[in-house]
Amino acid sequence: MADAAFLALTVITIGSAIAALELRSLIYGSIALMGTLGGIAGFFFLLDAPFVALFQLAVYVGSIAVLILFTVMLVKRELIFKKIEDKRRKFAGIGLMLVVMVSLGAVFLDSGIKTITTDEPAVDFRNIGTDFVTYYWPALILMGLILAGSVTGALVLAKREDVENGQRTS
Amino acid sequence: MANELVDFTLVSVALLGIGIYGLAVKRNFIRMLFAVEIIINAANLNLVAFGRFLPHSGGQTLALFSIAIAAAEVAVGLSLIIVAYRMYQNVDIADFRSLKG
Repeated sequence: MADAAFLALTVITIGSAIAALELRSLIYGSIALMGTLGGIAGFFFLLDAPFVALFQLAVYVGSIAVLILFTVMLVKRELIFKKIEDKRRKFAGIGLMLVVMVSLGAVFLDSGIKTITTDEPAVDFRNIGTDFVTYYWPALILMGLILAGSVTGALVLAKREDVENGQRTS
Repeated sequence: MANELVDFTLVSVALLGIGIYGLAVKRNFIRMLFAVEIIINAANLNLVAFGRFLPHSGGQTLALFSIAIAAAEVAVGLSLIIVAYRMYQNVDIADFRSLKG
């Protein structure tokens, strides 16, 4: 049975996920998204994975959420507050969501994972470091290259052609 | 441990459903990116939860990889949003006609 911290984290995570998509203002929406990402970090703490939780806080809540906030603020004011969607699509989307939740939830509740419990100690974070430098080292190098490539690509994409000498010309 | 594996799995199913709803309904590029983030986080939660209950370090290692790649994806997605906004002065994906190929 779940404990109180788990239930509180569930309410925070799912509530702010819905708020992130449904709040009228995109700025408040992105702040709500930070709540979801922070809630997931809390679940990682509950799962005895403090290293992943801190990584999640540093990468998602610390940098990605701020990046999203800045992008939202670059958009025109009326677009931040305007919601564009149509009613019929919305009801179809809610139906799709319920179908996914109920069917996948039923599959999981019916499967054998209800019986899985563990008394073994949590994985030591030193094992993760060992994993990274032994078995997964090619993937680690590839990930570094992908990160460098994607950040460079993002910079090239967002570069303005009409900016000269650091000043906007138009 | 007080919490069971199935609890974490159900939370991640709920997050997946919310993410799919966001991708299906929203036409705002930024909100669709939010929905993708929610789905990725549901997957990460599953990875770490299974890694805890079937004790193995692979779950956490893969979750770390997934978080790092998601960071790269968000950087590219946000710069695409900035470029598209500069071209169309809008963030409605229905307006991005020339991206249809």
